[in-house]
Amino acid sequence: MSDAGRVPAVLADAGAMAAHRRPVARRHAVDAAFRWCCTGVAASTVALVGVIVAAILFRGVGGLSLRFLTAPPSSETSEAGMHPAILGSVWLLVLVAAVALPLGVATAVVLEEFPPRRRLTRRLSALVQTNITNLAGVPSVVYGIIGLTAFASMFQLFGNEGRPAFEAGVAYTDQFFNESDRVLLVRVPGADAPETSPAEGMEAFTADGRPVTVHLVGADEPWPDDPALAERSLREGDVPGRIHDRSWWYVRLPLGRGVLAGALTLALVILPIVVIASQEALRAVPSSLRDASLGMGATRWQTVRRVVLPSAVPGVMTGAILAVSRAIGEAAPLLMIAGIVFISNPPGNLMDDFTAMPLQIYNWVGRPQAGFHRLAATGVVVLLSVLLCFNAVVVVIREKFQRPLA
Amino acid sequence: MSTIAPQSPLARPGVVIRSRRAQRARERVVFAALGSATSLSILITIAIVVVLGRQTARFFAHDGVTLGEFFGSATWSPLLGSEKHFGIWPLISGTMLVSGVALLVAVPLGLLSAMYLSEYAPRRVRSVLKPAMEVLAGIPTVVYGFFALVLLTPGLKLLDEGFGSYNALAAGLAVGVLILPTVATLSEDALRAVPRALRDGALGLGGTRFDTSVKVVFPAALSGIISAVLLAAARAIGETMIVALAAGSTPRLTLDVRDEIQTMTGFMVQMALGDVSNFGIEYDAMYAVAATLFVITLAFTVLGGVIRRRFREVYE
Repeated sequence: MSDAGRVPAVLADAGAMAAHRRPVARRHAVDAAFRWCCTGVAASTVALVGVIVAAILFRGVGGLSLRFLTAPPSSETSEAGMHPAILGSVWLLVLVAAVALPLGVATAVVLEEFPPRRRLTRRLSALVQTNITNLAGVPSVVYGIIGLTAFASMFQLFGNEGRPAFEAGVAYTDQFFNESDRVLLVRVPGADAPETSPAEGMEAFTADGRPVTVHLVGADEPWPDDPALAERSLREGDVPGRIHDRSWWYVRLPLGRGVLAGALTLALVILPIVVIASQEALRAVPSSLRDASLGMGATRWQTVRRVVLPSAVPGVMTGAILAVSRAIGEAAPLLMIAGIVFISNPPGNLMDDFTAMPLQIYNWVGRPQAGFHRLAATGVVVLLSVLLCFNAVVVVIREKFQRPLA
Repeated sequence: MSTIAPQSPLARPGVVIRSRRAQRARERVVFAALGSATSLSILITIAIVVVLGRQTARFFAHDGVTLGEFFGSATWSPLLGSEKHFGIWPLISGTMLVSGVALLVAVPLGLLSAMYLSEYAPRRVRSVLKPAMEVLAGIPTVVYGFFALVLLTPGLKLLDEGFGSYNALAAGLAVGVLILPTVATLSEDALRAVPRALRDGALGLGGTRFDTSVKVVFPAALSGIISAVLLAAARAIGETMIVALAAGSTPRLTLDVRDEIQTMTGFMVQMALGDVSNFGIEYDAMYAVAATLFVITLAFTVLGGVIRRRFREVYE
């Protein structure tokens, strides 16, 4: 390279400095001062952040109790907890990991293990690589606004949240209360089905799920005395109420401001991080292993699956855990998706409204009363403890499993 | 070694020996599956551009909103019923004020820390300090928001009466602490990439450690360091939670760090939290601001990448 000329130039510079007519003692004094300056700054930098974290933990640790972990938020600071937020974060954690990790690792495998042969694919590969680097620099709040449009409202292509164009995993039921205070349930095909009107011989279920045949009582007839008959009787003209029963995997389009939309948005945020970390892990696998496998006649994919990935697992795992822990602490994209609403129950299905630990903390910090600030500090203690556990797992993996392979 | 040593696929019991054609077909299917996952990243970029572009176009299609006003007016008042003004500069100046304070904190401290880690620290100290800094980089930003609003601002108010309950300085300082580990670890990577021979040469010519690190290693690593600073700046510009909590929500063109201001990200959060209808002009303004933010941060990231690659001194 043409750098051959450059290296001596830099060093010649240094030589000139040495020959500079500054007294040696002064140069050593400057040297010592700079060393102390660097050491002091490095130490105080870590100390500074340490003090900040310690100050918050100190404020919050007193509020830590079982009740704080198991109670819903409340306007009464002494009774408030972050149970829905903790479970919301757990939902997000599982969903984000399930979406972002396979995609991220697959992308890294393609970029690292399938070297492009043709010019077009080589260009494409370079494009993807640049693109991922740039995506990693996009502010998370921008991903939030993208998630709001692409996931929560789905470009308004499927109607709105209240009248979704597609639903699955939900059963709608018309519920009757008869004059003996018994509940009779009638399945209906969908949310838009016409209201059921009671009829003789209609199939129905009791509250405990027994199938019964409805006995219709005319408007002027007396209510039957026999309890077994009264249980399955309805009076003519009774009006039901429609209830829905959603399973945990209930899906609708558009997704709305639910926990799945939040998780997909967070997956966008961490995808570039997962890709870059996995690429580094794959690059750390010595090429002699690949060559040996390929030399024995294994295909590219066999090499990846049986040789490269198994040896890269510790590296991929540490990168994945760090990326997911970033997602757990991320608040801005969730703020765009979920907003700040009062949530007293943890999410029950994929489309349910949710809150998460950082959102709950933001909510409490933003209030003027000092009581809520104490709650926020306690929330920070919980959040940082979770993240610390993640980091501890990373350290263990690094110590135990990451050995040089060549 | 034996635990990960590859066994020949043929040697494993239960492995069916496939015909070469079946194998090739399988390889194709797997590659197609992996490739589609890869193309997703391109799809995400397209989605960002399309969403922001479409909504921004809708914003400029509203009556009374022009590109000239957006980049020419110095008033940002999207929520005032009759007197709506959409001049982006107050939001940009707010963002720049906070990021400027942050960089003033983070760049000197981060660079000196990096210098210590790479040039002075004993190996054992470094092996603790570097991971520690990486852990610090993972602290959620809402924690720093709490620090800025609840701990820092009351302190600043004690020092000077002029500080508002929300002010740019507290937010800027907190953002500075947030990006400090980024500056430090990335610059340290750049400094360490400078080959040992260069240091040895400088020392051998009679330079002190100071001469070596400041006049030889630092210039040699400059491209990496500049790119680290640019990445950190992009992060500061896009930082949301700290400014949403501590900087306030009054867009104004000012250089006074004691004032309440609003950043681009702060405005986006305000819109997302407010009860603004999903179709109003203010809602579309959120996308226009997001597009501006996206372009600015992208410019910083791309520039950082270009500087790192183009101006890297390769010593071999």
